[in-house]
Amino acid sequence: MKDIREDIAWAKINQDVMKSLENPRPLYWVILFFAVLAFGIGIGCEVYQYQMGMGVANLDNPHVWGLYIATFIFWIGMSHSGTLLSAILHLMHADWRKPIYRFAEAMTTFSLMTAGLFVMVHLGRLWQFYYAVPYPNERWVWPNFQSPLLWDAMAIFTYLSSSVLFLFVGMIPDLAIARDNMQSGWRRKLYTLLALGWEGTDRQWRNFRVTYLTIACFLIPLAVSVHSIVASDFGMSQQPGWHVTSFPPYFVAGALYSGCAAIITLFIILRYVFKFEEYMTLPILKKIVRLTFAIAMVWTYLNCVEFASVWYSHDAVSKDLLIQKMTGPYAPFWWAMIFCGSIVPLIFAIKRFQTNIPVLFATSLLLNLGMWLERWMIVSPTFSHGYYPWTWDHDQWPSMIQWGIVFGSFGWFTLLFMVFCKMFPSVSMYEVKEMVYHRSLHLKQNGTVEQGVH
Amino acid sequence: MSVTNLLDNWAAVRHFHPIDDKPHDPYKWAMAIDLDACIGCNACAVACYAENNLPVVGREKFKHGQVMHWMRIERYWEEDGRDFPDQGFQFLPMMCQQCEAAPCETVCPVGATNHTQDGLNSQIYNRCIGSRYCSANCPFKVRYFNWYDYPTTENVWPAEMNYQLNPDVTVRGKGVMEKCTFCVQRLRAAEVTAKGEGRIVREGEVQTACQQSCPTGAISFGNLVDPESRVHKQWQAQQVDLDKDAQEKNQKEGGTDLRGYRILEELRSYPSVMYLERVRESAV
Repeated sequence: MKDIREDIAWAKINQDVMKSLENPRPLYWVILFFAVLAFGIGIGCEVYQYQMGMGVANLDNPHVWGLYIATFIFWIGMSHSGTLLSAILHLMHADWRKPIYRFAEAMTTFSLMTAGLFVMVHLGRLWQFYYAVPYPNERWVWPNFQSPLLWDAMAIFTYLSSSVLFLFVGMIPDLAIARDNMQSGWRRKLYTLLALGWEGTDRQWRNFRVTYLTIACFLIPLAVSVHSIVASDFGMSQQPGWHVTSFPPYFVAGALYSGCAAIITLFIILRYVFKFEEYMTLPILKKIVRLTFAIAMVWTYLNCVEFASVWYSHDAVSKDLLIQKMTGPYAPFWWAMIFCGSIVPLIFAIKRFQTNIPVLFATSLLLNLGMWLERWMIVSPTFSHGYYPWTWDHDQWPSMIQWGIVFGSFGWFTLLFMVFCKMFPSVSMYEVKEMVYHRSLHLKQNGTVEQGVH
Repeated sequence: MSVTNLLDNWAAVRHFHPIDDKPHDPYKWAMAIDLDACIGCNACAVACYAENNLPVVGREKFKHGQVMHWMRIERYWEEDGRDFPDQGFQFLPMMCQQCEAAPCETVCPVGATNHTQDGLNSQIYNRCIGSRYCSANCPFKVRYFNWYDYPTTENVWPAEMNYQLNPDVTVRGKGVMEKCTFCVQRLRAAEVTAKGEGRIVREGEVQTACQQSCPTGAISFGNLVDPESRVHKQWQAQQVDLDKDAQEKNQKEGGTDLRGYRILEELRSYPSVMYLERVRESAV
């Protein structure tokens, strides 16, 4: 099977994608409704927490961090695969990424925005957030540049702004198509503004290519460094279970993993909701599934490396914590993480399931559940089982406020993402045309290509 | 730092021992706690509540682990098959260890916790944004977070108790981290008085609240760099050096009879509190 129908006409590509901006299937509105609902719940919880204080989250000493930080890592992690698809595969000339990278890049941007919210939600004094920003001030008071949390803030802001830029720049030719095809109205005005006067001249294309490539090259090291820095929030600390040298690659692998799983989920949803069957084809899905499987195995391997290095380090406290994770109060979640993260992806190895949409949908959700659990299992057990017995607290359970905000974040992400996909072309029209063009060269020579407006 | 020594020898990048980061001249405040003398009466903890305006959070929040005792008595017992093993309590008064290379200080994103010239680990409430990273990285878990806005919470300080609040100490609002300060308000007062008289604070001139209230005199506190101070003498007698992560006396063959030790010393945080090991069999 081919990645895309080779005789598809360019005008039809425009038509199909532009239709996604107008009339999605009814499921779209259902998803949007539930997203708004979930987001509303999250907002309610946050307002309550802001008024009352962090105590309502049922955090305590030693459990000073909880689901907020775990979910923060989850969302940061999810953002990585967008860059993998759009930048790394772009440099590697893997053209099958073309129909799907736009929504993956949007996923990157919006999951970063969600992650950023969690930093805020987590702070005890949200209203003083700007202290952590190195703004010039007359007292020469700077943030503490030694703190991994500060590196984190900077890395995330850089990554967020670069990926917004990348998303936008990559979209300019498509925005111009949208501008030219829209009836007059506010959306046409918006596209006109955003298309920056794109006319598709040679010079514009040349500049566009250079710009796009430059940002792609800039983004790749950034993506790797962002999650390495998130890992150093833990790796740089002194706590058992966190003080692990292999954390940065482990985190990056985990990030790519959960990101790829999320791409599969969203791929299936978008394909149905916006009727993209022609573009988001099963062979492309199969390629992502294989990629995800490979990354899942890398993640499993790095997990083993971590356990082995703790085991053979003979660091009594870390070892104790590892045993505690496997047998203590967190054991069900820990084993669920191993099951969802390492066993479930084995389904992807079976050829029959690589294009089976219901199976893939369920599996990808399970994988992401596993990856969320992984982040929780990094954060919480360390707090529950510290250096010496008085600091142990095995019973602390996150309150409904914490769960509500975590739940709400999924609503917020879905809301942003779905609105984006309806507002902007979520399949890159010009790049699909390129893809079709390159793949149909041999057809052209035979003169069998469908006559379209080229 | 130059490129050469980066490529050359990374150990050389740090040019001084972390305890030499601040001068400790003329003060380095430190403590010694004799566990053999401790009877676990909790007077120190109560005194600390009174001196430092600690909020009394109440039963419900206590159960949620949100208690604010800067000074706490930890209890340990051996599960040795006795009918009532907890009759053999051992007590460990625990407060901020005022580490010389404090793990909490480096990780604070806004630099709200710092080392002072006189060897304290200070906390700037106004600067704290409540990321709680300091507590996450504290091996002793002696940092306490204001989970609620206690000054406006009912029954934390009932109206008639307002006059009991110590005017020398800030009342902390919600969302900031706090911890034992070694009664910094008393230290500063004494330091200022002494400076006015052109001398340094004499031994015994300043006491921490916990020390003052201890009925058995288990806690001694003073200036570690003053050779006349009791703390200095105790540390010296026990051969515990501030700048070691493993004391020499413990590496001798056959061990040592000396009782002095510091908790989690091997983490190289160089705590300023020395404990004297218990000799007695049980607490009661």
